[in-house]
Amino acid sequence: MSRSATTGSCRLSVEQVSSGYGGTTIVQDVSLDVPGGALTILVGPNGCGKSTLLKTMARVLPTSRGRILLDGRPVHETPTREVARRLALLPQGPVAPEGLRVRELVAQGRYPHQSLMRQWSREDARAVEQAMEAADVAQFADRPVSDLSGGQRQRCWIAMVLAQETDIILLDEPTTFLDLKVQVELLQLLRRIAHEEGRTLVIVLHELNVAAAFADLLVMMKGGRLVAQGPVGTAFTSEALRQVFGLEANVVPDPVSGRPVCVPVVSAGFALAAQ
Amino acid sequence: MTTGVLPRHRSLVWAGPAAGIALLLLAFGWHISVGAKTIPLPTVAEALVAYDSSVFDHVVIVDLRLPRAVFAVLVGAALSVAGALMQGVTRNPLAEPGLLGLLIGASFAVVIVVGVFDLASPALMPLVAALGALVAAVAVWGIATAAPGGATPLTLVLAGAAVTAFLGALVTVANLLDEQTFEELRVWLTGSLAGRRIEVMWWALPWLASGLAVALATARQVTALAMGEETAVGLGMNVGRLKALVLFAVIALTASAVAIAGPMGFVGLVVPHAVRLFVGQDYRLVVPWSAIAGAGYLLLVDIAARMALAPVEISTGLVTALLGAPIFVWLVRARL
Ligand SMILES: Nc1ncnc2c1ncn2[C@@H]1O[C@H](COP(=O)(O)OP(=O)(O)OP(=O)(O)O)[C@@H](O)[C@H]1O
Ligand SMILES: [Mg+2]
Repeated sequence: MSRSATTGSCRLSVEQVSSGYGGTTIVQDVSLDVPGGALTILVGPNGCGKSTLLKTMARVLPTSRGRILLDGRPVHETPTREVARRLALLPQGPVAPEGLRVRELVAQGRYPHQSLMRQWSREDARAVEQAMEAADVAQFADRPVSDLSGGQRQRCWIAMVLAQETDIILLDEPTTFLDLKVQVELLQLLRRIAHEEGRTLVIVLHELNVAAAFADLLVMMKGGRLVAQGPVGTAFTSEALRQVFGLEANVVPDPVSGRPVCVPVVSAGFALAAQ
Repeated sequence: MTTGVLPRHRSLVWAGPAAGIALLLLAFGWHISVGAKTIPLPTVAEALVAYDSSVFDHVVIVDLRLPRAVFAVLVGAALSVAGALMQGVTRNPLAEPGLLGLLIGASFAVVIVVGVFDLASPALMPLVAALGALVAAVAVWGIATAAPGGATPLTLVLAGAAVTAFLGALVTVANLLDEQTFEELRVWLTGSLAGRRIEVMWWALPWLASGLAVALATARQVTALAMGEETAVGLGMNVGRLKALVLFAVIALTASAVAIAGPMGFVGLVVPHAVRLFVGQDYRLVVPWSAIAGAGYLLLVDIAARMALAPVEISTGLVTALLGAPIFVWLVRARL
């Protein structure tokens, strides 16, 4: 599997997609070319349809209009196991069955590479160990997932997705429950995976400054539609933040990296009270 | 599982199952030796390996006691595996053929066909039981889904209780209307291994075998499905097909158990939970171990049922309920 060959080109594209649950449409007419070998970060207020879009991209939900192309072929028409060898999904807030051990959880990621005939191989064992190293959960390997802290648990699920060894990885809020330092470490890991191994990542995040610090492509969503997309420099503006989140904030460049940072405007009354 | 996971402990990988099967064989022999007259284990082994029809004990063992032990093994394994699958796929620790109404559905169907239509053909028995179990399962699922909050573990159990009470009442009514035919069914309806249902067993075997085969083949996916549907789809599973296969396995296993021994409550609840304490949550281990442990459990329960108040014999199904109900209460307190 040659990963670097695909860097830069787009392997996953969303073409005028609408989708939702039952009769209600949530995501409306979204088009997006996900750049290969890069970190695409999706932000937007609660309930705007980020998870719905991600699930549709991962063929968990059907499209009601439009299509998703994976390497030029509609995902919803590709054999699901074949998709799973190329695209992995970490759903939002997954729950492990009581008592399942970390190693067993991570090993589930190998499912698409196995079959009745080929149950468990050295290759699987290597991938599981490597994924646990990368996500820094190797020291918990034999503990039940339900005994770990929220942040440790989150890293176990990331390890499971890494063990799947796909070129494309979709992560729905992988950093909830993590403290800021661990969030940054995790994103550094994900950025390394994208830039050095040429893998394609789409990540839903809530922490705006973390998103701005790491995104190669920033996508903003509101009310089921894409409002802005582009490199951080052009997409992350105070105008966009006001429009998408209704947030009054100054966007200033970070003195060291030059990346934009948002500082919420605190009303004068509060500012005085604080003094 | 081949090399890779546990290259250094390879001998241990086989030690567990070997010990389990040895214990099961021991329970099997003990079960046969116990009865109105205790027959020593060596004679039991001799009768099974080198049968001699001129020895009275051999005839007793092979004609009377062996079938009952075989029934216990089959029914215990079938109900335990069915329970394990139901708990995994519905992510519901309380799921079990009895609590979710499948046992009463299967029994009701058999009662109607045998008692009302007088069709006692052994070949039909598993099929009728399967249809009854399926209809009851769908009814319970439908009621629970319509309840506020949807199909949660508790609404499912409540719907199961309602369906069980309703069908149970109908069975009693049918019973009153035709006491003659029901004489034999009455014991069967309490969950009994004493019936001479060898014919039925032969017809139930293909159902049981195919249910078990599907259970073993899907075990790996059940583990992933227990982690949620979205995760399972993301891993490349065909969740719809998987659920249909598991439903088939559950229905086939439940139906074969009911056809042989009537409704035997709580076996499918107690055994898989006990098994998980030892082997964890990986269904590639939970399913085969539930089969072995379930067979052993029902053998032991049946020994107790015959010895506790000897010479009076308690119905095996009553003992499984007596043992299972407290464990059910404990599970509700610990896991919900
Ligand atoms: N399973 C579901 N069935 C029906 N409606 C749903 C379902 N899941 C989400 N919705 C609805 O779809 C809308 C978008 O939900 P979605 O989960 O995509 O939001 P989100 O952007 O991921 O929000 P958050 O930041 O809170 O995770 C919400 O209004 C929600 O109520
Ligand atoms: Mg979400």
